[in-house]
Amino acid sequence: MLCFHVCAGEIFELKAELNSDKKEKKKEAVKKVIASMTVGKDVSALFPDVVNCMQTDNLELKKLVYLYLMNYAKSQPDMAIMAVNTFVKDCEDPNPLIRALAVRTMGCIRVDKITEYLCEPLRKCLKDEDPYVRKTAAVCVAKLHDINAQLVEDQGFLDTLKDLISDSNPMVVANAVAALSEIAESHPNSNLLDLNPQSINKLLTALNECTEWGQIFILDCLANYAPRDDRESQSICERVTPRLSHANSAVVLSAVKVLMKFMEMLPKDLDYYGTLLKKLAPPLVTLLSAEPELQYVALRNINLIVQKRPEILKHEMKVFFVKYNDPIYVKLEKLDIMIRLASQANIAQVLAELKEYATEVDVDFVRKAVRAIGRCAIKVEQSAERCVSTLLDLIQTKVNYVVQEAIVVIKDIFRKYPNKYESVIATLCENLDSLDEPEARAAMIWIVGEYAERIDNADELLESFLEGFHDESTQVQLQLLTAIVKLFLKKPTETQELVQQVLSLATQDSDNPDLRDRGYIYWRLLSTDPVAAKEVVLAEKPLISEETDLIEPTLLEELICHIGTLASVYHKPPSAFVEGSRGVMHKRLPARTGSLSTESPDVGTIAGGSGTETAPSIIPSQGDLLGDLLNLDLAPPTTTGPPPPTSGMQMGGMDLLGGGLDSLVGSPMPPRHASGLVPWHSSVDDLCPQVWLPAMKAKGLEISGTFARRAGVIQMELTLTNKAMSVMTDFAIQFNRNSFGLAPAGPLQVLSPLSPNQTIEVSLPLSTVGPVMKMEPLNNLQVAVKNNIDVFYFSCQYPISMLFVEDGKMERQVFLATWKDIPNENESQFQIKDCHLNSDAASNKLQASNIFTIAKRTVEGQDMLYMSIKLSNGIWVLAELRVQTGNPNYTVSTEDGWGTTGGAVDRCCCGAAHRLLPFSMSTLVLFDL
Amino acid sequence: MSVSAVFVLDLKGKVLICRNYKGDVDMAEIDHFLPLLMTEEEEGVTCPIMMHGNVHFLWIKHTNLYLVATTNKNSNASLVYAFLYKLVEVFTEYFTELEEESIQDNFVVVYELLDELMDFGFPQTTDSKILQEYITQEGAKLEVAKTKVPTTVTNAVSWRSEGIKYKKNEVFIDVIESINLLVNANGSVMSSDIVGTVKLKTMLSGMPELRLGLNDRALFALTGRDKGKTVSMEDVKFHQCVRLSRFESDRTISFIPPDGESELMSYRINTHVKPLIWIESVIEKFSHSRVEIMVKAKGQFKKQSVANNVEVRVPVPSDADSPKFKTSTGHAKYVPEKNLAVWTIKSFPGGKEFLMRASFGLPSVENDEMEGKPPITVNFEIPYFTVSGIQVRYMKIIEKSGYQALPWVRYITQSGDYQLRSNF
Repeated sequence: MLCFHVCAGEIFELKAELNSDKKEKKKEAVKKVIASMTVGKDVSALFPDVVNCMQTDNLELKKLVYLYLMNYAKSQPDMAIMAVNTFVKDCEDPNPLIRALAVRTMGCIRVDKITEYLCEPLRKCLKDEDPYVRKTAAVCVAKLHDINAQLVEDQGFLDTLKDLISDSNPMVVANAVAALSEIAESHPNSNLLDLNPQSINKLLTALNECTEWGQIFILDCLANYAPRDDRESQSICERVTPRLSHANSAVVLSAVKVLMKFMEMLPKDLDYYGTLLKKLAPPLVTLLSAEPELQYVALRNINLIVQKRPEILKHEMKVFFVKYNDPIYVKLEKLDIMIRLASQANIAQVLAELKEYATEVDVDFVRKAVRAIGRCAIKVEQSAERCVSTLLDLIQTKVNYVVQEAIVVIKDIFRKYPNKYESVIATLCENLDSLDEPEARAAMIWIVGEYAERIDNADELLESFLEGFHDESTQVQLQLLTAIVKLFLKKPTETQELVQQVLSLATQDSDNPDLRDRGYIYWRLLSTDPVAAKEVVLAEKPLISEETDLIEPTLLEELICHIGTLASVYHKPPSAFVEGSRGVMHKRLPARTGSLSTESPDVGTIAGGSGTETAPSIIPSQGDLLGDLLNLDLAPPTTTGPPPPTSGMQMGGMDLLGGGLDSLVGSPMPPRHASGLVPWHSSVDDLCPQVWLPAMKAKGLEISGTFARRAGVIQMELTLTNKAMSVMTDFAIQFNRNSFGLAPAGPLQVLSPLSPNQTIEVSLPLSTVGPVMKMEPLNNLQVAVKNNIDVFYFSCQYPISMLFVEDGKMERQVFLATWKDIPNENESQFQIKDCHLNSDAASNKLQASNIFTIAKRTVEGQDMLYMSIKLSNGIWVLAELRVQTGNPNYTVSTEDGWGTTGGAVDRCCCGAAHRLLPFSMSTLVLFDL
Repeated sequence: MSVSAVFVLDLKGKVLICRNYKGDVDMAEIDHFLPLLMTEEEEGVTCPIMMHGNVHFLWIKHTNLYLVATTNKNSNASLVYAFLYKLVEVFTEYFTELEEESIQDNFVVVYELLDELMDFGFPQTTDSKILQEYITQEGAKLEVAKTKVPTTVTNAVSWRSEGIKYKKNEVFIDVIESINLLVNANGSVMSSDIVGTVKLKTMLSGMPELRLGLNDRALFALTGRDKGKTVSMEDVKFHQCVRLSRFESDRTISFIPPDGESELMSYRINTHVKPLIWIESVIEKFSHSRVEIMVKAKGQFKKQSVANNVEVRVPVPSDADSPKFKTSTGHAKYVPEKNLAVWTIKSFPGGKEFLMRASFGLPSVENDEMEGKPPITVNFEIPYFTVSGIQVRYMKIIEKSGYQALPWVRYITQSGDYQLRSNF
């Protein structure tokens, strides 16, 4: 605000009036002072005179003086003390309005010196008989806490505030909740909002009675609670759903937040789950008739909801159709949601709309509409042809930016459906001259280069671009270089001169290192090995995936927890834009568990009492996920894992993995560490063989063995020892049906008879095409071995990592989409404790075992590895490994696409991961779903 | 959680009045607001949320004012906008009109209201009727009235004061349905819905308990009774006086009404209804010479009903001139400042069909600027009729003093956002 100096005369005059005996005159004078203050004049010189007017029974005058105090106390801290006495007195005034006014203003005087004088009056007001005073006092605690947190804690105000949650008056409850949430937000570890079923019940009761704003405070607070099980979750949802009928959009959105979050815990086959889904759609649609700014917030949130639970709004496409008088920000958001909802069922309607929009006047909107047509083509394959013809129609309009935008998206369509729509190239070429935007020029050049062999005058076209090479943007230059090299490789005879020209332009006349390097690489490739050049430059390109703009799943989950807030509008986590929130726990959706969900009790209730906020898990923007791809070098894995101590504790952990190894029939248990906890080095070959069949039980034949995967083949390494007195011959082996269809790929190669006391080592290759039957545990294998004496049976367990196939590296885009699609009940989480590897080493180690790292992100000191595993039977397991630097505990979340036995696969895979990492395991918590 | 400070600015970005609620954002940050907005406007991408450094501006515009809230936290954005609109509502009730002058003339009351409406960024009492009981405009009245404890503020019934008295107890119920319609250029209906509101004018003494009965299909499905036509409401929103959990469990609309005028509920109905007034248009543009417009309007509702004040607004090019009109009924005029030809029909009976022809001259030098394709819009009002067929079955009024009260019901259907895209 501007400051004007008030002339001395005026101040003098006001001073005199303020000290007047007449009440009316005094009041008018204070009004004048406030008026000067409002227009930005500096009237701080009148501080003592104004404060002198404070002692009055005229409420209006008092309010004005208080207002003055709030504005100037900070600049006159010494004089502010003058006001203390009046505050103390006013807090005991018989009129509750004055008591509340005093306590409200007190907290707004942000002068540390006087805060301690205010404690006593505040304490009284917190216990005041009038709820109006109590509700004001509750907020005052948050104000004081902001100025001097220690003081507030020492005075025990926080406990009083917590008690107010049980107040009989709903307004007091609501303000107490708001104040506590506010304090908890700035002090995430204070464990203030210790929500439990009893306090939740109180909040839900108050919810029915308090004002619309109070309902929002309570709902936002509820959203931080982690229900213990799905039943509690459902009962809260049932009591929150009536709020969806509230006229205030903000109440509705906060209720949607609570429901979206707690729904996560409900089993999908529950009838109530379906009911809830149905209940959510109408209020979301109604939000679109609110004021435009509220519509905007609603649309940004609907965008998230559509990504998280597309089923809610899949039939509501029409309500997102753009109206002529919608503000531009609403139009753009609606368009985005339309594309997300586009499907084969509604594509015709969507396309007709998009075509309509593409002829509007607003350039940004038109461009986005044209782009949207391209996205539809890529998303809904059946519509591709119609989209292309719509785009061609639009190109015919010759409107410059429409044409350019159309060409950019047609390039993407070519990449999705290669060799399908080249017939349109001729039309595109007609518009070459009108392209003046780099992105459109680059796209056109790419098309010409890619289809050079079918365009008769490709060389002329490219040559025409070459003339102004140095005036082009880098994007165009790079594209032109590549396109001409492509052309040369396809039509070497006519284009030698052209390629030399572009290479020299790129390498000699350019200052851009990227361009130069690319030029040199092509040059060298072409001059040394044209065949290799062809392989490199004309290599088959991966198809582009449909949904390139999905929000990364972990971020999406966090944003769902922030529905209605700025984070949900920006689509960024709060840590990205709120200062001082780094290191604050990120919110996560609750895991779909019916059971306990705390890893360790001490990380239980944080910031609002959410037990699931265990670890940061953020990826700021999904685009970076691709950029940060881990460089998968194939260096030999390190073998530095410390040998783990074997203790009873670890055995306990193993039981969870093995799933009842004790119940194995036929063979005494081999030492468990042999299968599970041996440090895992470069390959599983190092696993110690176990005795599978002791001689006692098999008439002198002892069989021990182990499993290995070599060059993609699973090997069963058997050691046969003849401890009997007679020679053994005629060996044969057979497997019972098992979970993964393991079967011997050939006969057991024991060619010579086995003499007494002789040992022979046999390697038996296994195939995975045998008959399948689910075993318990999943990795159990029952084997029959026959010799000339008898048939013997034993069972053994193979490490599940044997089944991880070499091509288990999932496409990044596919990964992203799959991760999102997998229902949450297929997800499980567990922690690996005390693993002293950094994430790269872990990644290398895992890769040697065909656990592939797809992407890695580092967020706030936490490495997140996204990994995929493919089992021999084609099942994919996706995992997220979070490694906190300096923290030896890893968190692994796994998801798999297998509904029914998913949990079991998880468990085994978790076991595998354990086995693969050299760590000593102390606790293992499995979320068995 | 919520707002750090609230500002009221004039169109030049000058602060008219402000209130710093939390003190965690520098008040001088507001100086960045207008420059930011100007940049966005130049780029054509205005957005109701703007960021400068770590400060976020959430703003709305009302007449010649900007109402801006600042924050540096992850605030509840929908709450902030809802609050800003509430501010507008409260100020409007106090000053009849909210604009620059009314803020300047009433700064003392505005300060008082800002103090009462929000505390430390948390919205408090925002019901203007209740506020008016203890924040009055004339200082003289204050001293007597305000020494009373404002019970209503903290009551569970925070929207109605005790001790209200009327000689004659009456309730007026208005059921108003607005038709939103979007028809594309080739005449197919893209979307159409009905947004209904039930408005009350309550003139009842004491603390009456009211129960409203509608021919709600879900209610009849619940009770198993079926008496004639029922209406299924897609989504219902209520004034906070209505007990939501009661409605959720047995579809009963029970409440203690606010005194005077209020909007009790609103609902949305998706069922397809025949567009009440159907428009067919042919707009032919002969470049450099003229535009010929032919519009046919057809009333597709009951013959007994009459649509009043029908207004068909047809867009014309901005450089059109010398209008000529011919209408079969009503009269048409050219509104050049809005680039519209407006055809008004005072009374339009159901089942009838009317015609309007217009022609405009176009300059021989063509306007280079691209023009949008605004749709044809229609305004109308049909009294004594609801499209959805919704009806008030009963309104039960019970007050402990046992007086007899009369409910009066009126129905009206009107145009909402009624757009038909034209093909010109």
